[in-house]
Amino acid sequence: MIEQLAAVDQSFFTDRSSGNCIQDNKLFCPGWVVDNYDRYVDPTLQHLVLVGSAVAGGFLIAFGLAILAHRHRFLQTPFLAGTGILYTIPSISFFFLLLPITGRGSLTAIIALTAFNLQIIFRNITTGLRNVPPNVTEAARGIGLTRSQILWQVEIPLAMPEIIAGLRIATVSTVALATLAVFANGGGLGTEIVTGSNITFKTGIIVAGSIAVIMAIVFDGVLLLVGKLLAPWKRKQAIS
Amino acid sequence: MALPPPPLPAAFLSLFGDAFNFVFSGREAETGGVTVGGTSQVIELATKQIEVTLLALAVAILLAMPVGLWLGHRQQGEFLAVSAGNAGRAIPELALIALMAAAIGVGLVNLVVALAILGIPPILTNTYVGISQVDRASVEAARGMGMSETGIVRKVELPLAVPTIMGGVRTAAINIVATATIAPLAGILTLGDFIIARNVYGDAGVLAGAILVALMALALEGTLATIQWAMTSKGLKLNRS
Amino acid sequence: MTAESVSASPVRFESVTKRYPGADSVAVEDLSFEVPAGEICVLVGPSGCGKTTALRMVNRTVEMTSGDILIGGRSVKEGDPARLRREIGYVIQQIGLFPHRTISQNIGTVPALLGWDKERIAARSAELMELIGLDPEYGDRYPAQLSGGQQQRVGVARALAVDPPVMLMDEPFGAIDPINRSRLQNEFLRLQAELRKTVLFVTHDVDEAIKMGDRVVVLKKGGHLAQYATPTELLMEPADDFVEDFVGADRALKRLALMRVRDVDLWTAPLAQAGDPSEPVRTAVAAAEVPYALLVDGENRPQGWLSERDLAGEQVPATPDSSADPLIDADSVLRDGLATLLQSGSLYAPVVDARGRLTGVLSVEIVSDFLASDEASESELSAAERPHD
Ligand SMILES: Nc1ncnc2c1ncn2[C@@H]1O[C@H](COP(=O)(O)OP(=O)(O)O)[C@@H](O)[C@H]1O
Ligand SMILES: [Mg+2]
Repeated sequence: MIEQLAAVDQSFFTDRSSGNCIQDNKLFCPGWVVDNYDRYVDPTLQHLVLVGSAVAGGFLIAFGLAILAHRHRFLQTPFLAGTGILYTIPSISFFFLLLPITGRGSLTAIIALTAFNLQIIFRNITTGLRNVPPNVTEAARGIGLTRSQILWQVEIPLAMPEIIAGLRIATVSTVALATLAVFANGGGLGTEIVTGSNITFKTGIIVAGSIAVIMAIVFDGVLLLVGKLLAPWKRKQAIS
Repeated sequence: MALPPPPLPAAFLSLFGDAFNFVFSGREAETGGVTVGGTSQVIELATKQIEVTLLALAVAILLAMPVGLWLGHRQQGEFLAVSAGNAGRAIPELALIALMAAAIGVGLVNLVVALAILGIPPILTNTYVGISQVDRASVEAARGMGMSETGIVRKVELPLAVPTIMGGVRTAAINIVATATIAPLAGILTLGDFIIARNVYGDAGVLAGAILVALMALALEGTLATIQWAMTSKGLKLNRS
Repeated sequence: MTAESVSASPVRFESVTKRYPGADSVAVEDLSFEVPAGEICVLVGPSGCGKTTALRMVNRTVEMTSGDILIGGRSVKEGDPARLRREIGYVIQQIGLFPHRTISQNIGTVPALLGWDKERIAARSAELMELIGLDPEYGDRYPAQLSGGQQQRVGVARALAVDPPVMLMDEPFGAIDPINRSRLQNEFLRLQAELRKTVLFVTHDVDEAIKMGDRVVVLKKGGHLAQYATPTELLMEPADDFVEDFVGADRALKRLALMRVRDVDLWTAPLAQAGDPSEPVRTAVAAAEVPYALLVDGENRPQGWLSERDLAGEQVPATPDSSADPLIDADSVLRDGLATLLQSGSLYAPVVDARGRLTGVLSVEIVSDFLASDEASESELSAAERPHD
């Protein structure tokens, strides 16, 4: 099967030739990129959908679990263990474990990536909530805030830096992992790495890989900014 | 992306039955002729996957841990150590393996190098963080009592940083074993072959491969967690609770 | 262990200066003083004045810029710093016990570095644990299982492990609550009375300096020596306004911290044991300094105060109306004894030795008499020697 993947699909390249660079499969052919940038639009958008859905889904579920575990401490251990198993199962394996249930497609990929995310986000939210100084919650209780007011007005805002940190880790990892969605017919930038039956076209790999890296960096930067906006009291500290 | 029809329990179970048979008895290849699957091929591919995983993990540990220990002990290079971890997460595993294979060629060494690259960042970051977060009072006391610098690293900082360092090793191991699943793209046949080469193994092979890879990852994680538990001083476990 | 004790060495600072790289001012400047062997010298001064720096130059965890420090006549600069440090006990405020090692292993750290065999280390650990009053069964526990005070005791034991001639202690009791701090201070003084180490002790608390020090080095910002004197001299004759300010307006009261309860003339109370006839006790009470009788057991340990009602019967009862509490430790300083007395609201308190046996009775009057006599001597002193004050 390697030979099959390795066979260069010549017709595909001669279509939009940029000279010898393609034929020789040099490390990077800028001309080809200029001619073919449009083919990356759809995979990039698909990638964004995969990552966006998986992180959003992971966040919602993990947040719910974290709040539950915060209220009922005994749930912490089983939740950690459960999300830990989901985290440990390789996504590519997860795609196909879902095969009998959801078949192939982007939904399968999103479920698997969501499962991967849960623990990262769950862990950070619970750590953030746990690290809220007890005297602060004590004071909040003392001035008459109810339990849920304490949670929403004191604990969650104070845990925000850690929550955002978890989201950053989850998002960046998911952008990278989502390239594997191609194996589940889930689309995304992976389709431009495993182009048809071909994985030896270096320029294509580099372009797709670079888009993924840039996407990760942009997401990371955006979340960093969001974190600073949501935790203005941390900004001054960060400078010193 | 239309939703697939709700699975019939019977069809669902029969696919798992097929996967089960694939692992233990094998079946004829989709491409005809030869028999694929069966315990002997499963063992062969699983052994290969464990081999490349452990090799890559060992290389990553050997390269990353001394650097992390050194930087952490000197409390220097935090930016380097922490950025390495962040950058490492952004590497698309598929692109890395594909590019290594395409640009340098297929083969065991290249694969191990590519996998080790994935393992280095979390080990480096966690080793740095683990060592540099060791209570400075313990370090100062050790130095004040006349422990040598290497003695301080070996007898004080390292044992105290075990949980954090092993956390990094576990992250690295999970990432490596997962990525070793797509090693067939780089010419090394691991359990991932069952998954990737559906045209050969069929859906039963794909599902069997997925189950086996999941079990392998969980077993590896469980083993490392046990090793971590055994390496962690009882005094630290008390501290946590 | 006292028998095989290494004799202590004097420590001498000779024009020691430290300038941290990149700092605009010196941390310690031209510091000279000598601590005689076997004495506690306390370095005291406001935060940031260079106490820690001065201390750490002794074991070279900070290297001095110029000058020299001699231990027993030998410069610390000679030889390998790690070897030097193994011969100097070191206790810091944060204690720095190794959380991954048992108490025995913690105490045995330096012996292990010096290559002692296992049995000798174990024996030494056990010996030191006894010395610091820790049950030997704690040897297999981990630091996290000990209270802060116990951890600090272990820190001291660890520093004493190879019986070093010199001990450095940087605010060793600074993080302990006041009650335990005073207990640890007393224990350490008791230990020191036996061990006779040369101790350099850093604190920012002038009360602690006065209580702990045989001599006190007062440092000003920038590591300048403001005064080097005994605690009494310091309280009686502060060298300048800075020292006077630092020592505080309540100097007279502070002098109470210099006297131990056992050093003042205690009063005596009539004693009785359970079953004694009451009659002679009643007679004794009428004539005594302390107008109450104390019930003691066969070993002279106070059991309670006998009221008139207790003595109304034929025989002295075994369980008197009021308990003997509070008992005051004869080794505690007068200030603490007075505090205990005032807090309990009683006029008299039995003073007991380490085994709980009665040595006398403390009253508020004893303290006020002591202060009055000292106030007098102090004002005489200042009149004679500090006419421009
Ligand atoms: N490692 C260091 N580098 C630079 N300056 C230091 C260092 N350690 C202490 N200092 C400075 O030296 C002065 C004395 O510090 P220190 O000896 O710790 O004082 P103290 O123990 O009396 O509080 C302070 O101004 C402090 O800021
Ligand atoms: Mg200090």
